[in-house]
Amino acid sequence: MRHRLPEGGRIDRTRPISFEFDGRRYEGYPGDTLASALLANGVDLVARSFKYHRPRGIMAAGLEEANALVRHHAADGDEPNRLATELLLHDGMRASSQNNWPGLRRDFNAVNSLFARFMPAGFYYKTFMWPNGGWQKLYEPVIRAASGMGRVPDTGDRSRYDSRNLFCDVLVVGAGISGLMAALGAGRAGARVVLVEASHEFGGCWLDRPEMTIGGMAAPAWIADVVGELESLENVTLLARTLAFGYYDHNFIAASQRLDGAVAERLWRIRARRVVLATGAIERPLVFANNDRPGVMLAGALQTYIDRYAVLPGRRVVVFTNNDTAYGAALSARRAGAEVAIIDARRELPPALAETARETGIALHAGSAIVALRGKHRVNAVRLGALTADKSAITTVGDWLPCDLVAMSGGWSPAVQLHMQARGALAWNDRLALLQPSAVSPAEPHVCVGATNGRFDAASCLRDAVGRIAQTLGEIGFAAPPLEPPQAPDLDELGAIEAIWRLPALKGKRFHEFQNDSTAEDLSLAVREGMRSIEHIKRYTTTGMATDQGKTSNLNGLGIVADELGKSVAQVGTTTFRPPYHPVTLGVLANTRRGDFFAAARKTPMHSWHEERGAPMEPVGDWLRPWWFPEDGESKHEAVSRECLAVRNGVGMADASTLGKIDIRGKDAAEFLDRVYTNSWQKLKTGHCRYGLMLDEQGFVFDDGVTTRLADDHFHMTTTSGGAARVMTWLEDWLQTEWRDLDVFLTSVTEQWAVVQLSGPRSREVLAGLTDIDLGRDAFPFMTMREGRVAGVDARIFRIGFTGELSFEINVPARFGLHVWERIHAAGEDFGITPYGNEAMHVLRAEKGFIIVGQDTDGTVTPMDLGMDWIVSKKKPDFLGRRSFDRPAIRNAVRKHLVGLLTEDPGLVLPDGIHLTETRDMRVPATAEGHVTSSYFSPVLGRSIALAMVENGRERIGRTLHAQMLDGSSVPVRVTSSVFYDSEGVRARG
Amino acid sequence: MLQIDCPWCGRRDQTEFSYGGEAHVARPADPLAQSDADWGRYLFFRANPKGFHHERWMHVQGCRRWFNLMRHTVSNEIAGAYRPGEQAPRTSDGDRER
Repeated sequence: MRHRLPEGGRIDRTRPISFEFDGRRYEGYPGDTLASALLANGVDLVARSFKYHRPRGIMAAGLEEANALVRHHAADGDEPNRLATELLLHDGMRASSQNNWPGLRRDFNAVNSLFARFMPAGFYYKTFMWPNGGWQKLYEPVIRAASGMGRVPDTGDRSRYDSRNLFCDVLVVGAGISGLMAALGAGRAGARVVLVEASHEFGGCWLDRPEMTIGGMAAPAWIADVVGELESLENVTLLARTLAFGYYDHNFIAASQRLDGAVAERLWRIRARRVVLATGAIERPLVFANNDRPGVMLAGALQTYIDRYAVLPGRRVVVFTNNDTAYGAALSARRAGAEVAIIDARRELPPALAETARETGIALHAGSAIVALRGKHRVNAVRLGALTADKSAITTVGDWLPCDLVAMSGGWSPAVQLHMQARGALAWNDRLALLQPSAVSPAEPHVCVGATNGRFDAASCLRDAVGRIAQTLGEIGFAAPPLEPPQAPDLDELGAIEAIWRLPALKGKRFHEFQNDSTAEDLSLAVREGMRSIEHIKRYTTTGMATDQGKTSNLNGLGIVADELGKSVAQVGTTTFRPPYHPVTLGVLANTRRGDFFAAARKTPMHSWHEERGAPMEPVGDWLRPWWFPEDGESKHEAVSRECLAVRNGVGMADASTLGKIDIRGKDAAEFLDRVYTNSWQKLKTGHCRYGLMLDEQGFVFDDGVTTRLADDHFHMTTTSGGAARVMTWLEDWLQTEWRDLDVFLTSVTEQWAVVQLSGPRSREVLAGLTDIDLGRDAFPFMTMREGRVAGVDARIFRIGFTGELSFEINVPARFGLHVWERIHAAGEDFGITPYGNEAMHVLRAEKGFIIVGQDTDGTVTPMDLGMDWIVSKKKPDFLGRRSFDRPAIRNAVRKHLVGLLTEDPGLVLPDGIHLTETRDMRVPATAEGHVTSSYFSPVLGRSIALAMVENGRERIGRTLHAQMLDGSSVPVRVTSSVFYDSEGVRARG
Repeated sequence: MLQIDCPWCGRRDQTEFSYGGEAHVARPADPLAQSDADWGRYLFFRANPKGFHHERWMHVQGCRRWFNLMRHTVSNEIAGAYRPGEQAPRTSDGDRER
């Protein structure tokens, strides 16, 4: 650890721990981050940049780090794109660099740098323009292969995540001295307080300032006192390592907490009456030549590495600044033993600080700038230059200054991302050269305090926090607490800053945005190419995207654009800030909703029986339905054929429990049905069933099913399996809003009834052995219902079916479903009863030309299109959708009709969805005459059949169309009636 | 995430509700007497205001009841929820269109 200082820092030196980076072993201490430990070990080069694959080092000490994204090899799987500055070091930690091949020092894609002039701003968009076809063949494969940051882990994520909800009066985001003060005020007032802090320690930058006093004691001691008091308050919740990343409507804040235990990460959903944002400020880089080289870092970061981690990552330090804050870093580095020079772009130096610096032996260069920088994998010299008064040009070029570390400071920007997500506003502060929250009240009730609010001395930060928390507490009905801002230093640390957005350079790229390799030249180019809106410029140059989110890049970018446009920063405005402020793992967002918990699966009472028979399951809505029941060695086709023939020639049984069922009661029930179905219901006799089509108000079919009258004021409605919830909601909507005068009550009973569909010419014989109900043809005719006992269980039996055969739908209370199913199966054994699955049911109904809503219809189909005029009442004055039949688009237009199709080759089953044309050869653009909606091999007919929606189809019956196959060939098909089997419908009545 | 005051159940998170489009689009009493233009307006035309919007919501994960809500489409401020047949509340702009 050659850069580790002999003493100081908030690290535990008693317990050295080891870690690995890129396969090499190093040592660090508890309290280190991966970044501080790497710097302590002299590892300068840690990453390759996104676009040009330039060598990059560590530039920051907090979550604004834009270079040092690494792959963390955690115990539960790899995590790409973790910030080295956020990874707390632990014994045995392993991490590696990303975005390079074959290695970090020799990265093949660094050739991108040589072609940099072909990859200017917006180059991605420019690839769309020229040459024709270049995108698919040339650019896309190359760009895809080279782009992206990090690699998705090969193994699944084995980490566990959870989430919790919190409600509080005051949420304080950020636990620097301002946030602590605000939390203390709210806590003492008795409000429910939540304090979240991204770091593992509370206190912020004042933790590193033992020489400063707050309230008469050393700053770290004051912090410990306050944290201690907060911990003792029952109404205060402290959450460390918790990053508030999103500020959503009605003061809803999402935060993720790193736990690294049995639960890796926790999502906090916090609803706060008021929010206090104490998110601090982020230092800006200076935009000078090669400012991205390893060894160039933010001045504040250098100070943090020295003071908090006892790491001095260089021996010859150049501090380059336009404000006073960097003097602190210079003095810290000098105290730690480095040779230090300050290059201050200002001609007027701060007198007291300059004096102190000189006394400690720091060389000072006023009115100067770095105009060139040397060193590929690590800075080794910078060249001084004198600047014109407006800093836009070099007057004289000075000497090379050897160095191994450059600490830069371009000023500080309040971290206003959450404030802006909460739709706050910003105002330009000319004195401090920054954008800070304006006086306009934000859409979401919150306040910003401390540095977030543009305060850069401790005394006014604390006064600000005390004042604003008192006001906030008053707004929500709490008395202001007895709280005086403690005595604290009142030195304005920024001093007389001179805003400089970019510096003139002799040679080399000037990065204003490190994460996306966006340079000052890119912004200029975007403006030259006609971009004016900052939103366009952002997208064209990818400024402030990805992990950066404007943390280090935002204001420098705005400043450069303002220069180019000849406007002020305030006039240019900012881009829209959106969550997340900082990268969030997909794992914590997906949380527990993965694997079996991703989506609910609904299973029928007979599900276990189907599974034991090895039936593959088909999802229908949320339901799982048995697809077919395979016997030894059968293919799907063989099984389905066997099942279909069994129903046509003997008897089959299917699980129809998934059908939607709605119990309808009330004296206006029949009137209600009259309004929602196309046909008439008033005269339906008790115990009788009727098929109904439900339309939307545009006249299009949206569900169908059989409804049965159980009593004068009582009906049992069935819907499609997938449409049950939609129908229920639709019916409720009309009853609750438009037809509040109707006496009708709806209850969803889908899951209350298990349904066995017994179907086939021998089904009556099977059922007869299980019930006393007279099943005779005249006693229990087609489309009626009987109540009685089946296999000892109270049942409703409906003589209806979807197969076109003699059928009984036996409904029993769900808890008896499996019992009745097994009894029917046993009773049918002598008759060769065959369980059949969803696929056979589909084939059987297609043979009969029965539609499936959503398969044969697509939300643009009327009953007339389906040839179902017979179900549309001519007598009823009105029903839902009726008026739309008279719309010109339906009444007068050429419509598609449901028809059948037969191929010449009886073995050829057309693909679903395939298009039909008038001519054999198709020249693009071709006119599609229609498309196939259902297509099967029909075992009973020994040939393929298909249903299709064809323009004017009923008039084209007997004619030939051409199905355009997926391989480019075409197949002639004959248009037929949509009913292929038993067109008289005698079998179902049997 | 919005907080919505269900008129029957009280304040709940938005995830318990489903949105149902513009409120107060009444079904014409005699649809067959409607001109094509008027029927088309009923079917297809909806307000898209920048400001307070009367809209329908259903407490789908709660009482399953429909109700109306006045929500500001820019700020998401909610002026109030009311049951079918009730008067819309006054907004901060003094707006009460229906």
